[in-house]
Amino acid sequence: MKTILARAVMLTSVLALAACTNPGFGNDDVYLSGDPAGVNDGSADDPRSPLYFQQTVGDRVLFEVNQSTLSSTAAATLDLQADWLLQNMDFTAVIEGHADEQGTREYNLALGARRANEVQEYLVQRGIAANRLKVVSFGKERPIEVCSQESCYSKNRRAVTVLSAGLSS
Amino acid sequence: MIRRFLTLLAATAVFALPGLTNAAPLRIEITEGVIEPLPFAAPDFVAENSSARQLAQDIAQLVADDLSGTGLFREIPDSAHISTITSFSSPVQYADWKAINAQALVSGAVSLQPGGRLTVKFRLYDVFAGAELGSGLQFTGTQEGWRRMAHKVADAVYSRITGESGYFDSRVVYVSETGPKNERKKRLAIMDYDGANLQFLTDSRSIVLAPRFSPTGDRILYTSYETGFPRIYVLDVASVRRRVLEEQPGTMSFAPRFSPDGQTVLYSLTKGGNTDLYKMNIANGRSQRLTSAPSIETAPSYSPDGSRIVFESDRSGTQQLYIMDANGGEPKRISFGKGQYGTPVWSPRGDLIAFTKQSKGRFHIGVMRIDGSEERLLTASFLDEGPTWSPNGRVIMFTRETQGAGGSASLYSVDITGRNLKRVRTQGGGSDPAWSPLQE
Repeated sequence: MKTILARAVMLTSVLALAACTNPGFGNDDVYLSGDPAGVNDGSADDPRSPLYFQQTVGDRVLFEVNQSTLSSTAAATLDLQADWLLQNMDFTAVIEGHADEQGTREYNLALGARRANEVQEYLVQRGIAANRLKVVSFGKERPIEVCSQESCYSKNRRAVTVLSAGLSS
Repeated sequence: MIRRFLTLLAATAVFALPGLTNAAPLRIEITEGVIEPLPFAAPDFVAENSSARQLAQDIAQLVADDLSGTGLFREIPDSAHISTITSFSSPVQYADWKAINAQALVSGAVSLQPGGRLTVKFRLYDVFAGAELGSGLQFTGTQEGWRRMAHKVADAVYSRITGESGYFDSRVVYVSETGPKNERKKRLAIMDYDGANLQFLTDSRSIVLAPRFSPTGDRILYTSYETGFPRIYVLDVASVRRRVLEEQPGTMSFAPRFSPDGQTVLYSLTKGGNTDLYKMNIANGRSQRLTSAPSIETAPSYSPDGSRIVFESDRSGTQQLYIMDANGGEPKRISFGKGQYGTPVWSPRGDLIAFTKQSKGRFHIGVMRIDGSEERLLTASFLDEGPTWSPNGRVIMFTRETQGAGGSASLYSVDITGRNLKRVRTQGGGSDPAWSPLQE
């Protein structure tokens, strides 16, 4: 088990590195699964995999217009994220704050930072070590939905917890 | 770069024609609201040697394009001309230019020496006064710098007729954009104010935002995600070398802007989710915090004398504009209209603040006096933002983004009277323009 886990972590490290040169911005980050030995490690079914975190735990929370307060739905998602992070100590995370396009560039950068920070503080309160969490804001630079309607805006006003393997010093 | 081509550039007034009066009434008062564009003629310049023939046409055309592009002048096409000018020193046939109602006439001559040394001379005539307006001027440079020489001629014409300095011999740094909305590639690019002589300053690997010129145009401040986190950088235009300015771990920095003396950088720094204003001495890297409120303080801009700062803050609950002393202190709110106000920029003349206003789902570029009075909205669209002033404070360039899945950003300019709204020519999409000062 230990070797399999180590191998999974190593694989994820390599992919996380690849993600640095071609960042996915929390949308479709590629954490490929598949162990050469054929074990299910890393797939969305593996509760220790980043894919599981992304899809089952839920890697993002959404915000109201110009707001950074966490809704009860958001808090519930973050509770699950905290539990997962407490069980998977090998992972660190960058929390990306985003805004929709209805706003000026600089303000949206600052607003995204507020959102990311709310998530970070919540997770720290739930027992995650602050040194496992970094925050960054992309403002309105990286929408995941491209229409100019509230149906898209509501998904773009988000904070995404993007995992990477290994404790940063 | 371009400056190299103009090392020999010299403006010399050596052609004053004797015996003509200079009490000409030719004048555009551009502070007035709606005006009728002033009709002018700019026939092909005289080629003083055969190798200069093409340039003689191109330079005259570019002078005409600059002037017409302001919306203050209207070119009378060559096909309507009665006279042709075949010699730079021959007397002007005023009657022929009066007959076609050309109020101003620009004549010129171009010579191209072996080795590429280019000389451009011009004279401006007030046709109805029957007199030269100002004295003839001569510019010398290299062939590659011909557009700059044409812009300098146009700046001189503009200045003599309006009484204000021009803005044609200037550059624009902006963010060049390609690709769809959710995967946009951004690079810093620099070009002449009219879109010519495009040069990329960064590659598209990292998001770059909101470049700003130094007061002499030799350096550019901008924000880049090179490290994965937004940080402010300074880039030397000639060498294209850059260095990071603010790298406190766990912070983000953005929205940088130079002080009028080029010694200080004003910017926003975000720590623990809170964004405040800071300033940094660019030589020694020492920074000083200027605001400490739990609200967002960003998009700062100095007054032309460097004594005050205008910025945006949401301390009132919504984004509004504030002015405070350049060393900090209690800010005074200046925007009180309905809606949100952001990205304030102090005009080079010091009397106006340009801003972005968001109201009822629309975006506007507007101007107000520095006490917040006399607010005027100049544009309206789905998304207009980020104004920058022309060097003479008459024109504002900004970003306009269209809506929907296929939305894209372009540069636009508008006169501060609200007239002459037009798209600025760029290669592909563009955002976050910053206008340089007039070049030396």
